Amino acid sequence: MSRYETVIGLEVHAELLTESKLFCGCSTEFGAEPNTHCCPVCLGLPGVLPVLNRKALDYAIKAALALNAEIASYSKFDRKNYFYPDLPKAYQISQYDLPLAKKGWLELKVDGQPRRIGITRIHLEEEAGKSVHSGESIIGSEFSLEDYNRVGIPLIEIVSEPDLRSPAEAHQYLERLKAVLQYAGVSDCKMEEGSLRCDANISLRPVGQAEFGVKVEIKNMNSFRAVLRALEYEVARQTELLDSGTAIVQETRAWDEGRGITVSMRGKEEAHDYRYFPEPDLPPVVIDREWVERLRSELPELPGPRADRFVSQYGLPAYDADLLTSSRRLADWFEAAVQEYHDAKAVSNWVMGDLLRLLKAEEKELDELPLTPGHLGEMLKLIDDGTISGKIAKTVFEEMFHTGKRAADVVKEKGLVQISDEAELARIVETVIAANPKSVADFRGGKEAALGYLVGQVMKETRGRANPGLVNQLLRDRLSRQ
Amino acid sequence: MGTTAELTRLTAHELSDLLRRREVSAVEVTEAYLERIQAVDGQVKAFLTVTADQARKAAQEADRRFATEPAESLPPLLGVPGALKDNMCTIGIKTTCGSKILHNFIPPYDATVVEKTKAAGAPILGKCNMDEFAMGSSTENSGFFPTANPYDLERVPGGSSGGSAAAVAADEAAWALGSDTGGSIRQPAAFCGLVGLKPTYGAVSRYGLVAFASSLDQIGPLTKDVTDAALVMNLIAGKDERDATSVDRPHPDYTSFLGREIKGLRVGIPKEYFVEGLDTEVREKVMAAIGALANLGAELVEVSLPHTEYALATYYLIAPAECSSNLARYDGVRYGHRSTTAPDSVTMFKKTRQEGFGPEVKRRIMLGTYALSAGYYDAYYLKAQKVRTLFRRDFEEAFKQCDVIASSTTPTVAFKRGEKVDNPLAMYLSDAFTIPAPLAALPALSVPCAYSAEGLPIGLQLQGRHFDEGTLFQVAYALEQALGLKRRHPEIPTGSGKEVR
Repeated sequence: MSRYETVIGLEVHAELLTESKLFCGCSTEFGAEPNTHCCPVCLGLPGVLPVLNRKALDYAIKAALALNAEIASYSKFDRKNYFYPDLPKAYQISQYDLPLAKKGWLELKVDGQPRRIGITRIHLEEEAGKSVHSGESIIGSEFSLEDYNRVGIPLIEIVSEPDLRSPAEAHQYLERLKAVLQYAGVSDCKMEEGSLRCDANISLRPVGQAEFGVKVEIKNMNSFRAVLRALEYEVARQTELLDSGTAIVQETRAWDEGRGITVSMRGKEEAHDYRYFPEPDLPPVVIDREWVERLRSELPELPGPRADRFVSQYGLPAYDADLLTSSRRLADWFEAAVQEYHDAKAVSNWVMGDLLRLLKAEEKELDELPLTPGHLGEMLKLIDDGTISGKIAKTVFEEMFHTGKRAADVVKEKGLVQISDEAELARIVETVIAANPKSVADFRGGKEAALGYLVGQVMKETRGRANPGLVNQLLRDRLSRQ
Repeated sequence: MGTTAELTRLTAHELSDLLRRREVSAVEVTEAYLERIQAVDGQVKAFLTVTADQARKAAQEADRRFATEPAESLPPLLGVPGALKDNMCTIGIKTTCGSKILHNFIPPYDATVVEKTKAAGAPILGKCNMDEFAMGSSTENSGFFPTANPYDLERVPGGSSGGSAAAVAADEAAWALGSDTGGSIRQPAAFCGLVGLKPTYGAVSRYGLVAFASSLDQIGPLTKDVTDAALVMNLIAGKDERDATSVDRPHPDYTSFLGREIKGLRVGIPKEYFVEGLDTEVREKVMAAIGALANLGAELVEVSLPHTEYALATYYLIAPAECSSNLARYDGVRYGHRSTTAPDSVTMFKKTRQEGFGPEVKRRIMLGTYALSAGYYDAYYLKAQKVRTLFRRDFEEAFKQCDVIASSTTPTVAFKRGEKVDNPLAMYLSDAFTIPAPLAALPALSVPCAYSAEGLPIGLQLQGRHFDEGTLFQVAYALEQALGLKRRHPEIPTGSGKEVR
């Protein structure tokens, strides 16, 4: 047990899924030719003015509601001033002292127990552009190019309380947050496309101490795994420093993915003065209760309540329910399959096992598959009626996954019907016994495991089609007869 | 009809009448103005860019409409040439904002007021000189050259809309648009013997107006008389979906206020505006004009605007703070001047701005950056915003006792070029009476009320309630009629003029 307690707070930026940008009508499509989704407004040409996209405001409110936050009836936009080539106006329109929402929370499961992580604030702001450097990084590059397609895409910034107590909790928080935002339909949260980004504040303090230790901010983490690794690295680094009696320096550090370490970016005294002041080009945002309630009514069932329902309605273990509800698409798929087949736990096993394994191996998304929940239901019925074994079903499932053929057709085409003919199997059992005298002797000598080997040999002879229960029974009967 | 000189001396509504009666063609009118520009702009230097070809094309189109459309459905300013301050974006035409940093900037869009002008068929003669980024009171801060006052070429036309004012006063345009942040329409109107209106904040779209101080900037007319100002306001006022600060309320026909009697109307005289620093002759002439209003039956009421003395200090925190942010985009990355000698981006930003901005703009960026900085924000910017609400309250109280507030527009008549350029504070003081209205978002108008013994114009300022431009027009028109002041046409040596092709 460490002598220190870890304290982590996360700042997450999520791009909203609106079709147009926050303050102009340009498209937010990802991956377009550079500088094709731009106009005088998002390019910040002289004299242009921002006009708020109501849809973006709706999405931000929905996100805040999904995170149990209080929506401010009065909030405003502010300018955050700094010079950078990817920031055309040299200020970002953001929200400073009066954010859109405050005091939310997100529930985690820690050691099987629910734990609420506070969310300090959620505000709406605009994206900056993207600098592309001629070299490996900005240092040493001969030139840089600017792509302003991303400028002005709506973002929400979600700031957590320093309530997270380990890198693993931080990782779980991100997974949960992603699930909630995806459920709410406001962000696709693709970290690899940059539509979700995360900075972390981390400090250590002696166990039992009330005051926080000196915090370090970590940036440049490009995946959930990177967040986990960077925080784990930082816990180790800070522990070592504290153990050796060295004070932690308040600073901003960058995660170096290649080297697996954090490196100092800038100290406290080099922190920017953003000179925030109220955005004079935009009127304040006034939101009435009716509007909030309309948006609340549009929210779907969120992952936490849905997992609870999966436990009570389908009798699933909490572990299954949490995993199945981790994405709205997966949970929807599961529930559709349960409509097709009565045993929810069996469906859950197939979804969490073979389905997720294949999706990961093939790097596919559920909605890209020819496989439907109906396919799975039909296949499970074939197992029940003895047409195929559970083992053969794995082959059938994989085929369905790739081709979208129905289970019955796969079984027919590939000749996978289970052999449950006792006479036929008895003949094969005789052959196997004759060919494996040593295993037979071992079993009779009390080595139970030898039976498994013999079953395997029968399955091999039948290319897996033998009814495993029947084979087992036949072998036992035959071997006990001497 | 008549000679070129006679045509260009007419007001916009007089020209409009002639055009409607088909006594003159729009092409003739535009050619007359282009000739006038060629003749005198070498001395006046009102224009940065003359757009002769576009103006001629618009005039031809206007003539086509006069020939084919029924007169009553034609827009009032059809075929009546105007000029724009060079901080209003014009598609395909250089828009410099009087700054070297935008010397080559050609906008791919029109400001909303420019779209409206084009739709109304008014030919645009060109883009007028101004103090760089509208910061100044004399047009001496132009990044290119100073503009002269047509009444005395040694004197300034006022600023920052000095080019627009000089162009109309020298009969180089029938009307012009300026922009006002702290007096930039009204002060040059006063110095050049014109009517100038700063509308209520939100009455006119700012889309396409290069921003100086976003919470103060408004576009308004500079015209030869009150009727013209009402006509131009009819053209430019109204909600614009592209400007979230423009106010969604129907505006009246401003000409409907002209000719209404002012009997019983209460005219407030703010004692804080008749103080030391106000030139004796100016004070006498302004008081005489106010007397004329009383003769028409207006009731004169002494009012107090107790926070007036803090207006200048408040303005010089808020306007520079906003400008420091608005002007940060001129970094050389995307458009405008870019320093070519910098080895890296940060140095490029610095050198671009060092080379591109003039001293007054730099001074205000420094002031504003300081006012917004951590540790100073509360004492300066935030305090100024709080004081700003006090001006609103001052005016609210005053307007319980009166319907308009009358004063001098400026403390003095037009001053000599070079007189104040090295003394920023003296220059700032010339805006003391015009700064409160924008801080309170109120409309204010300057109307000529006399000429000084030296023959220089003197302006009377009328400040009104929010969106009550109508009453300002009503009173200004009554005064104009009562005084019967003949607009003078100062002698400007011709020849060595501007080449207009």
